[in-house]
Amino acid sequence: MSGLIGKKIGMTSIFTEAGRNIPCTVIEAKPNVVVQVKSEDSDGYTAVQLGFGDKKVKNTTKALQGHFDKAGTSPKRHLREFRDYALEKSVGELVKIDEVIAEGDFINIAGTSKGKGFQGVVKRHGFHGVGDRTHGQHNRERAPGSIGAASYPARVFKGMRMAGRTGGDRVTVKNLEVVKIIADKNLILVKGAVPGHKGGIVYIEK
Amino acid sequence: MDIIKDIHDQLTPKRDDLPKFSYGDNIVVNYRIIEGEKERIQSFKGDVIKITGQGATKTFTVRKTSSGVGVERIFPFSSPNIADIKVVKRGRVRRAKLYYLREMVGKKARIREKRTQ
Repeated sequence: MSGLIGKKIGMTSIFTEAGRNIPCTVIEAKPNVVVQVKSEDSDGYTAVQLGFGDKKVKNTTKALQGHFDKAGTSPKRHLREFRDYALEKSVGELVKIDEVIAEGDFINIAGTSKGKGFQGVVKRHGFHGVGDRTHGQHNRERAPGSIGAASYPARVFKGMRMAGRTGGDRVTVKNLEVVKIIADKNLILVKGAVPGHKGGIVYIEK
Repeated sequence: MDIIKDIHDQLTPKRDDLPKFSYGDNIVVNYRIIEGEKERIQSFKGDVIKITGQGATKTFTVRKTSSGVGVERIFPFSSPNIADIKVVKRGRVRRAKLYYLREMVGKKARIREKRTQ
């Protein structure tokens, strides 16, 4: 696997040479720094830890300051480990977009979906509500309906889908096509939508 | 926002060849249609009922009545498939979104022409 950490910028659409208009999400992925390299000998598995986005030294714990000093970089806000990294990289090196992906590739993108707060079952689980507005019914339009039987089992089963906090989950979208790479500005355009709000951190995996 | 604007400037060149028109105008859009190998031009004549968006995603909506049925089509301003646009009439309207035309039929669905000296 290889990958990068990036920031979602927003959506737009571009025209292909054939004149087709395709929706795109713009992701900015400034060069990531290799902060740590894990190997079979030292950690029991191979991985690469990448850092993205600067933060102030005074806002970094002493422990992390030491970690970043070892890599010879300024403190980074976001760290992520990629198992079995496909590129040969040593600590302190930069990973750029065009090393990892090319136009036409299919990539997976993971991010944190937009938080929606406390939501009912219609929005949260796609229930259809109890039914009609008429036929004697007055207040059950978006209700969940029955949540189980009566004196046997005399309880509600665990995992029953109900209302609650919605969104804000880690979501991965698979097989998004890379439409365009603008290497000098560190931008990637992928076809379709990507989880999260504008400015949110996304993980690009290939 | 600025990054998206840069992308528009870089990847979607502005169509300067199209005439200026506004909501309420009656226009003819000649649109290229590609069917397999062949390419032909289809024209769509109607009133511009809205203009929305900005940059590369700016679009306009044209409404016409075709044998009693209202038909609306949305065109992107920056579409390479628009062969050309002709302005037939400049309309005099009092709002930017002419959704009220959808409710009107026949003589009521007309737009007054703008008088210019």
